[in-house]
Amino acid sequence: MIGLSHYLVVSAALFVLGVLGIFINRKNVIIILMSIELILLAVNINFVAFSAYLHQVHGQIFAMFVLTVAAGEAAIGLAILVIYFRNRGTIAVDDADMMKG
Amino acid sequence: MTVAVFSFYLFAVVLITAAVLVITSKNPVHSVLWLIVCFFNAGGLFILLGAEFLAMLLVIVYVGAVAVLFLFVVMMLDIDFATLRRGFLSYLPLGLVVAGVILGEVLFAVGSWVPGRGVMMFDELVSAPDGMTNTQWIGSVLYTRYLFVFQAAGLVLLVSMIGAIVLTHRQRVGTKRQNIGQQVARTPANAVHPAQPGIGQGIDL
Repeated sequence: MIGLSHYLVVSAALFVLGVLGIFINRKNVIIILMSIELILLAVNINFVAFSAYLHQVHGQIFAMFVLTVAAGEAAIGLAILVIYFRNRGTIAVDDADMMKG
Repeated sequence: MTVAVFSFYLFAVVLITAAVLVITSKNPVHSVLWLIVCFFNAGGLFILLGAEFLAMLLVIVYVGAVAVLFLFVVMMLDIDFATLRRGFLSYLPLGLVVAGVILGEVLFAVGSWVPGRGVMMFDELVSAPDGMTNTQWIGSVLYTRYLFVFQAAGLVLLVSMIGAIVLTHRQRVGTKRQNIGQQVARTPANAVHPAQPGIGQGIDL
């Protein structure tokens, strides 16, 4: 019998893989954006699993809003990536130091 | 082992494996393709949970739009991925430590979690109340209780669309464009030049 905790463990593993992806691909913005998508997917699995085991629909609705924000974030992130590449000719995160931050 | 249990483990194992391959692939194009595998398997998990509408939404929005957008950008930009991968192994130990700590904490939290008082957890899953489909159920709540949040989500999409267009749009210099105003404003007086040259004469244009 598959219970709620099974889904929570899967989503925890997915979340941690997303965090790990941000750490080990520190220079590659594209992989970092994909890792963020993985993290948001883990959050969605959590929402839907709780929604199913509580017999409430609200979790699924919040998962839809997370989906919306993830789509917008990907579009804006990739647009920034494209103009950054157009200006600098590279997408290495280390080179993004024009503002001396 | 019933079909549902088998499907859960199948989807979960493929999901985690594909996620590992997303973050470790040498080629970002492969990463995007593994990300698509991830989304499909997450959709499978959603179907097992009875959330068919969200599963289809995941396939349509994530696989059909977001992943393809990633694929476009990865293939459009001419990037030397070998240099970007430098330092991969030097960051790995720290990343593994942080990931291990977070995973341990989350698993402890999940393991010790019990529903609060008055919270009713069920064992059997239902995709919707009697006489309703999952989509009807979502719609009946989304368009009533969450109407304003729903519209705000639409605004978020609008703003992100405008932002992406404004960011990436550029006016190229040196290209010839059609100026419709100028075209429409042309009259025969300044467009037609009647001439009756004599024999053996040319015209001054």
